[in-house]
Amino acid sequence: MTETGTSPADRDKARAAAAKKAALGEDIDLSRYDASSDELPYQADPSKLPSQAKEQMLTAGVMLDDPSQRSGTYIQMDNTPVHSSVSQDGVEVMPVGQAMAKYDWMADYWWRAVPVDQDKYTANVELNQYSGYFIRALPGQKTLFPVQACLYLAKDKLMQNVHNIIIAEAGSELHIITGCTTATADEPGLHLGVSEFYIKKGARVTFTMIHAWSPATAVRPRSAVVIEDGGLFLSNYLLMKPVKSLQMNPLARCTGEGATARFNSVLVTGAGSSLDVGSRVILDGKGSRTEIVSRAITTGGSIVARGYIEGNAPDCKGHLECRGLILGDKGVIQAIPELKGTLAGIDLSHEAAVGKIAEEEVEYLMARGLTHDQATAAIVRGFLRVDIEGLPPILAGSSSGPWMPAKKK
Amino acid sequence: MLKIKDLSVAVGGKEIIHDVNLTIQNGETHVLFGPNGAGKSTLLMTIMGFPKYQVTRGSIHFKGKDITHLSIDERARMGIGMSFQRPPVVRGVKTRDMVAACLKSETEDDAEINQLAERADLEDFLERDINYGFSGGEIKRSELMQLLAQKPELTLLDEPESGVDLVNIALIGELMNDLLEKNCPIQERRCMGLIITHTGHILDYVNARTGYVMCGGTIGCTGDPHEMLATIREKGYDECIQCYLGRLPLSD
Repeated sequence: MTETGTSPADRDKARAAAAKKAALGEDIDLSRYDASSDELPYQADPSKLPSQAKEQMLTAGVMLDDPSQRSGTYIQMDNTPVHSSVSQDGVEVMPVGQAMAKYDWMADYWWRAVPVDQDKYTANVELNQYSGYFIRALPGQKTLFPVQACLYLAKDKLMQNVHNIIIAEAGSELHIITGCTTATADEPGLHLGVSEFYIKKGARVTFTMIHAWSPATAVRPRSAVVIEDGGLFLSNYLLMKPVKSLQMNPLARCTGEGATARFNSVLVTGAGSSLDVGSRVILDGKGSRTEIVSRAITTGGSIVARGYIEGNAPDCKGHLECRGLILGDKGVIQAIPELKGTLAGIDLSHEAAVGKIAEEEVEYLMARGLTHDQATAAIVRGFLRVDIEGLPPILAGSSSGPWMPAKKK
Repeated sequence: MLKIKDLSVAVGGKEIIHDVNLTIQNGETHVLFGPNGAGKSTLLMTIMGFPKYQVTRGSIHFKGKDITHLSIDERARMGIGMSFQRPPVVRGVKTRDMVAACLKSETEDDAEINQLAERADLEDFLERDINYGFSGGEIKRSELMQLLAQKPELTLLDEPESGVDLVNIALIGELMNDLLEKNCPIQERRCMGLIITHTGHILDYVNARTGYVMCGGTIGCTGDPHEMLATIREKGYDECIQCYLGRLPLSD
């Protein structure tokens, strides 16, 4: 083990994969980014962080002025954890470095769900300076309010390397909101985020990730989830602000009997953005279940919306739904749903649709007195309506991104 | 008052309706009969203002204003409402949202919406996507519920009884009568209706005094709707068409 917690073998794998291109998405030249950043001071009271940063974090669902609705908070600015705290017993929130020092069993979770040599991005997270959060719900403990975490990119041209470990011990219940955002509107930045989730027997985790990047940011999250018997992992992903390039394809493995994984993704993008976003679930546990729902809207950018379900166990069941809406004359959406079954008795299905708003629906609403714009907005809001649990009020029930028509008053 | 004068309508460059004249005074309900393809739905869609239906000649006046070239929503806001024969499903738009939009209320009063849903026996449908998985009868009741919220002065009803079982047809009839102010004294009645019906069942409920038989894209004859229905039931539309053709001036 190195001081980072990585085994020598994994370290070697990372070195070998340092230039390995990712299977999907545009290749990013890492040499254009700076991996080092200044160490920032710890802030015991996160409400005292600069107001501009707090406002930016709020757009990503992270509330620092009133943490009463949160059971814990973690803030990372660039590559420095500047705050971590908990306000409920039974939950641990700390920088991964602290968790490494505290628990010798961290090696059992470090690069065990995401391969360190998956591509050059994972390798780079291992090889360069990194931090990230450690969030753990103790056995049988149920959080009332979500833990919030913010990964904030402040320095221009920075490559932010993050490695997160999330553990829900047996019988626990954990809700997490992660907001990722940036202070730099025009300067390029790169976020590399590895997240490894371990959902133990009978545990339930809701993970809501809100991305509020800038049109100059490139983003490569690498996430994987392991779900044991009777465990539930529910992921909600929202991207409603411009980003230059985003590619992610998280993988959930339902290893336990009756394990469940659900992914909801809402992607809204405009000209100049390139998204390649998918969700993958492998059903290895008997009677395991999954549902993947994706909604994508473009007003000019390109979106690849992927979904993959693999059924390898008796009585497993999965459904995949990719729907895309092209607003205006430009924009490309490619829906790629994939199913793979390896034995009889499984039940996998998918539906995919890409199109523009049906004029028949707009006219139907107009016949009730809505203007063309109001009718279009209502249909778009309806299209994006995915039942998402655990969202803060600022985002719950709102789909008003920068490209969206205003809601009818 | 609705006044349609010398109206001709084309769809996709092909003329479907020719020289239709029709006037509905305030408080009156009129009925349109006619075989499939006669142009009845086209006429209603044209009155509502759907852009696919191009007026090539003539005019439509409503409440004294020429609305021939107004948009759908402008006509809706002037007081024209329509119950569709086969309305589209709009995924993600809840039935409650539609009723709220029809109420044009800033407060989107839940109590009023719930009351309307109860009236239409649709309490369990408010949180469902509009028309998604609705039966024929549920669609018709939902359409009428929205119109009751919209409170149009002119109601266009395209086969309101089709797909409705006999038990529910009475409820449909009651809802229509609410819309058309049947229980209002005649001199105070202002709401107008234009109803397409094939079966005529709905005539048992509404107060319709004028009927038309449409064939070949025009109005063949005008009369008492109950008498017309009896004739159609007895002799079929062929007889109507023959009668109409017999009254046409001979061409050179």
